[in-house]
Amino acid sequence: MELYNKSAAELSAMLKNKECSAVEITESVMSRAEAVDGDVNAYITLCKESALEKAKAVDAAIAEGKELGALAGIPIGIKDNISTKGIKTTCASKMLENYEPPFNATVIDRVNANDMVITGKLNMDEFAMGSSTENSYFKKTLNPHGLDRVPGGSSGGSAAAVAARECIVALGSDTGGSIRQPASYCGVIGLKPTYSSVSRYGLVAFASSLDQIGPLGTSVKDVAMLQSAICGYDKMDATSAYRDYPDFAALLSTDVTGLKIGIPEEYYGEGIDAAVKTSVMNAVRELEKKGAVVKNISLPSTSYAINAYYIISSAEASSNLARFDGVKYGYRAEDYDSLVDMYEKTRSEGFGDEVKRRIMLGTFVLSSGYYDAYYKTAKLLQRKIKQEFADAFSEVDVIITPTAPSKAFRIGENTDNPLKMYAADVCTVPINIAGLPAMSIPCGDDNGMPLGMQIIGKDFSEQTLFNTAYAYENIMGGNLCKMPEIK
Amino acid sequence: MNNNYEMVVGLEVHAELNTDSKIYCSCKNAFGLEVNSQVCPICMGMPGTLPTLNEKVVEYAIKMGHALNCKINGVCKQDRKNYFYPDLPKAYQISQAEVPLCENGHLDVMVDGKVKSIGVTRIHIEEDAGKLLHDDSFAGSLVDLNRCGVPLIEIVSEPDIRSSAEAKAYLETIKSILQYINISDCKMQEGSIRCDVNVSVHKIGEPFGTRCEMKNVNSFSAAIRGIEYEAKRQIEVLENGGTVEQETRRWDDVKGESVVMRTKENANDYRYFPEPDLLTIVVEDETIEKLRAEIPELPNAKLVRYVNELGISQSDASVIAESVDKANYFDAAVALKKCTAKGICKWLLGDISSLINETGIILSDFALTPEKLADLVAIIESGAISNAAGKTVFETILQEGGEVKDIVEKKGLAQNSNTDELEAIAKAVLAENEKSVADFKGGKTNALGFLVGQCMKASKGKANPGMMKEIVARMLEEQ
Repeated sequence: MELYNKSAAELSAMLKNKECSAVEITESVMSRAEAVDGDVNAYITLCKESALEKAKAVDAAIAEGKELGALAGIPIGIKDNISTKGIKTTCASKMLENYEPPFNATVIDRVNANDMVITGKLNMDEFAMGSSTENSYFKKTLNPHGLDRVPGGSSGGSAAAVAARECIVALGSDTGGSIRQPASYCGVIGLKPTYSSVSRYGLVAFASSLDQIGPLGTSVKDVAMLQSAICGYDKMDATSAYRDYPDFAALLSTDVTGLKIGIPEEYYGEGIDAAVKTSVMNAVRELEKKGAVVKNISLPSTSYAINAYYIISSAEASSNLARFDGVKYGYRAEDYDSLVDMYEKTRSEGFGDEVKRRIMLGTFVLSSGYYDAYYKTAKLLQRKIKQEFADAFSEVDVIITPTAPSKAFRIGENTDNPLKMYAADVCTVPINIAGLPAMSIPCGDDNGMPLGMQIIGKDFSEQTLFNTAYAYENIMGGNLCKMPEIK
Repeated sequence: MNNNYEMVVGLEVHAELNTDSKIYCSCKNAFGLEVNSQVCPICMGMPGTLPTLNEKVVEYAIKMGHALNCKINGVCKQDRKNYFYPDLPKAYQISQAEVPLCENGHLDVMVDGKVKSIGVTRIHIEEDAGKLLHDDSFAGSLVDLNRCGVPLIEIVSEPDIRSSAEAKAYLETIKSILQYINISDCKMQEGSIRCDVNVSVHKIGEPFGTRCEMKNVNSFSAAIRGIEYEAKRQIEVLENGGTVEQETRRWDDVKGESVVMRTKENANDYRYFPEPDLLTIVVEDETIEKLRAEIPELPNAKLVRYVNELGISQSDASVIAESVDKANYFDAAVALKKCTAKGICKWLLGDISSLINETGIILSDFALTPEKLADLVAIIESGAISNAAGKTVFETILQEGGEVKDIVEKKGLAQNSNTDELEAIAKAVLAENEKSVADFKGGKTNALGFLVGQCMKASKGKANPGMMKEIVARMLEEQ
């Protein structure tokens, strides 16, 4: 088997046993990317030279007998809204087409401290707003399992690159499902960590109170290893939690005896494809056979979550994206005749339609006279949704739902219908509203297109999520993420 | 001002705090350095950066809250105030909207010898913006972001001020309190204190009028001029049958007039909402009380004490009270109880203040310590040396140091208060100056001064001048 088609855990062991070099791994992954990215379009920036340089350094360190971490030499792709010093960080926007951050995001410092090899920057919906990666200013990423379909979004480039083995693992960001939904569409594993467990410093903000960086990979262990590498308190992020985290990968267990799984009826109702419901429930039955206990539960406010989400996230986005004004960095309109004219033209020309739609929505809901009716009400709903989850978790250990209502839709299918597009996030959005951790793992397919199930846990229960997923992965023979035939 | 009207003024004072670093990053909080040299990705608002609160800012603001008798909200949050301007790199200012750190306080100031209490609505913390630079040497505008993230407190008063004199007293007291508790450098020329002024007028006995806000008031004297101008303008509008519109005006201190910046319809909608990048501020009661204990006696309290207990005039008392250095020096000297407070005051505001103005000496480092001044005043007040000799002692201490008593002795400055000896001198002088004596008898009373002067000269300046004058006058009457 080609090196690029192995998991991080396997490659790590091979490096340790000197069965291959870091340079060989990187070369394998880079040739794979060069071979298939013309079809998939996952990368905005491919960093071949710096990746090989880093791989050489890792090999040199190994040769010197240095003790390196488990992720040393593992190629990782980075979503293009995570700041990388000296490497363009575009957010897939014309606004930041040529922007090179002067500093690294904290997660990048951690990736570097773990001697991982950054392969490049991955495509996404502009400023992480979207569910299909069709909102990228640069290109549309295609789903490796069916090139006529979207990879999901907004971390579509991350999910597609991992699925197509154009990197071994990747980082994405998840504000309303942006890691889990593309992971589901592309048949890979993705984790949205507990809000506050991974530093947001250097993540170009979309909705600060909901954004969270998380890992994607093709094995549960890989995702657990990467999560251990990136999580932890960061003094640069005031919202980061001050606590210690276990070595998730070391503590993985397939024992689900007595694990209480909640099945909330609201996530299996109208709008969810029958194929999805069947696949998810089949997976739940498999866990039940291994000793898990299944319990029907109710989360009655679920249907309000998407409304609360679009109000809160757009409100924060309207403020977070105000800094792109043409004054200091990024795009500036060429012709203007006053300061206000410069602002208007820069922002009209520099942002795409979806971003402008959210900025307008957010500006509206924060406006004097509307604040109480929209923003305040949404924040109250948020409290109610949080409380319902908290109540549910007093009875169950994890909650399992579909990740998305259907398999990946076709390119262009929803582009004229924002509300239908927003519905693709109906199962994932409530989790961000509640700040909880959740992961998506493949659980079958619909005519060859992958489907995902979402495992939700209480705050900081990532280990329980990993173990549940690990148990299922083990039941399924150890490999959930089938290699796509790219055609 | 038209006597039928009364003005109602509320003030918003912005003071830059003198913390070492900025409010949300670790950049140095310093003025006057090279353009865009005190900046980092955070205060420049680069994408992906996040603020972290400098806790010193909270402590400083709480101290001001205590000084202005506020209720301290140990639990409060920070909010975003959204607006576009090139000096504001994030396009929002982190401030506090709904719940400020301090609220419901008051400040007692002295105006015309009477104490007036002015309500303080709130004090909140926020970040300063950068500065636009305009110059003939370049086209357009450039922006200096050094000031971005410099910590500010905004102190908002109730509309309790009724005259420009009260406004002046309020502003000066705020300034000296900031200096007393050492949380702001208060350098007006560096813009470290600025204020916005709200003015309305109404006929006495009638409800309050519509207010106008005036921005760009860069000094206290400009604030006073602005208030007076604005009250006069509004009265004229009303007297001419017009109505005052609620608007924001810009004060032009050079022209001495205000012009409309924006009307109510064009008022900014700042779309405040809770800053999601920062946690709720939580200050323990213990910390709040610890900070309360650090507040010294404040200038407004000192002023009242100096006037009511020490008998100092209000004008002298306020000059001393508003300067931390002078007040500390004065209090130390008075506390020794060696002499009168008025005597200390006379020297402090006379010779010592002139010296401060001329040479810029610092009182805490002054050769004439409060103890020595008290000794000096005491020895003069006892009559042992003359005022003139006192000046010699003063000069000597400044130049050579030493103790008052030693200098008086060494230089032989002790005053002659021996009646017999003084009478002998007077007798001799009167005998030598028969013409002057005759003049005096003839009604030229100023001959007395000349004769006393001659006596002083004869005593080589050592005669007690009061006694000398008394003796000469008595002897002239007796002759």
